[in-house]
Amino acid sequence: MVGDPGSDRLLVVQAQSGDNRAFGELVTRYMRRAYFAALGLVGNHDDALDLSQEAFARAFRARRSLDPERPFYPWLYQILRRLCFNFLRDRKAQAAKLAAAGPWMADDAGEHAAAGSPQRLLERAELRARIETAIATLPAHEKEVLVMREFEGLRYREIADLLGIPIGTVMSRLYAARKALAAALEGEP
Amino acid sequence: MRSSDVQADERARHLMMAALDGELSASDHTELERLLDGDPALAAEWRQLKRVREVTKTMSMSEPSQEIWEGYWMGVYRRLERGIAWILVSIGAIVLLSWWAWEGLENLWRDQNLPILVRAGALAVIAGLVILLVSVVREKLVLRKTDPYKDVVR
Repeated sequence: MVGDPGSDRLLVVQAQSGDNRAFGELVTRYMRRAYFAALGLVGNHDDALDLSQEAFARAFRARRSLDPERPFYPWLYQILRRLCFNFLRDRKAQAAKLAAAGPWMADDAGEHAAAGSPQRLLERAELRARIETAIATLPAHEKEVLVMREFEGLRYREIADLLGIPIGTVMSRLYAARKALAAALEGEP
Repeated sequence: MRSSDVQADERARHLMMAALDGELSASDHTELERLLDGDPALAAEWRQLKRVREVTKTMSMSEPSQEIWEGYWMGVYRRLERGIAWILVSIGAIVLLSWWAWEGLENLWRDQNLPILVRAGALAVIAGLVILLVSVVREKLVLRKTDPYKDVVR
């Protein structure tokens, strides 16, 4: 999931000198991570694709401002999160679009465990929908930390470094997000 | 609520998070167990949070189709290409519109038959556009450098 910083550096230098193929290699290397980071924030596949591609396009235009000695992804992520946060802010006025968003989470493990029992499968689907809705309605800063921890599997230190915040803040945001999810699960079947 | 109580609550929350995510040291583990044993409300909250973790652990973000990844770089490339196209179109439009406006205003100014009010109006339009341009450029180049909120993500 994470690229090799040494070869990233080489690709960044090549991209800075106008090598599109080198930048294409960086895109291929980080597209999944950027896409899923955006998906966790905006909760919609089309928007995640659009925003993550736009982040790469902006990164390319601003590539000369990147210090090759610094890692590529955290820099790209700052562009991406700003795009996503702006998008979420603008989307507040378009609640209908949020309601129309299709499912973006999968519960493969849970559905596998419930296989053979239609009743249990139905319960799992409902559970997934509850969690999905609860995550979608979290404040963006809490959602961001939750997604990084739960779905990207990042350690607290990695999240803190990526966001430029203390580990204590990571834990506080995570706690607030999980409390909201716990409230959503109350009365679950 | 006293600040020491707030700090104790915060500490308990952090310990619970670290325990859920496997980032708890042995001594912190002992501390959390002691807190949970002595506070039934905290123990109930701990059970809730553990349930959340159990549920989210089985879930993931759904994977898009393979075509998305295959066409991803081309999608970025098209954006870059169109960005360059828009810049060229914008520059061309600005040059043509400026030339057209200059010619029009020059003709207007030279036409001695026009009333003085119309000629003064043309002069005001030019002066206004110049002031607007200077104002926008100044904002972009000078004020932005000193804007303390420019990096705030709203």
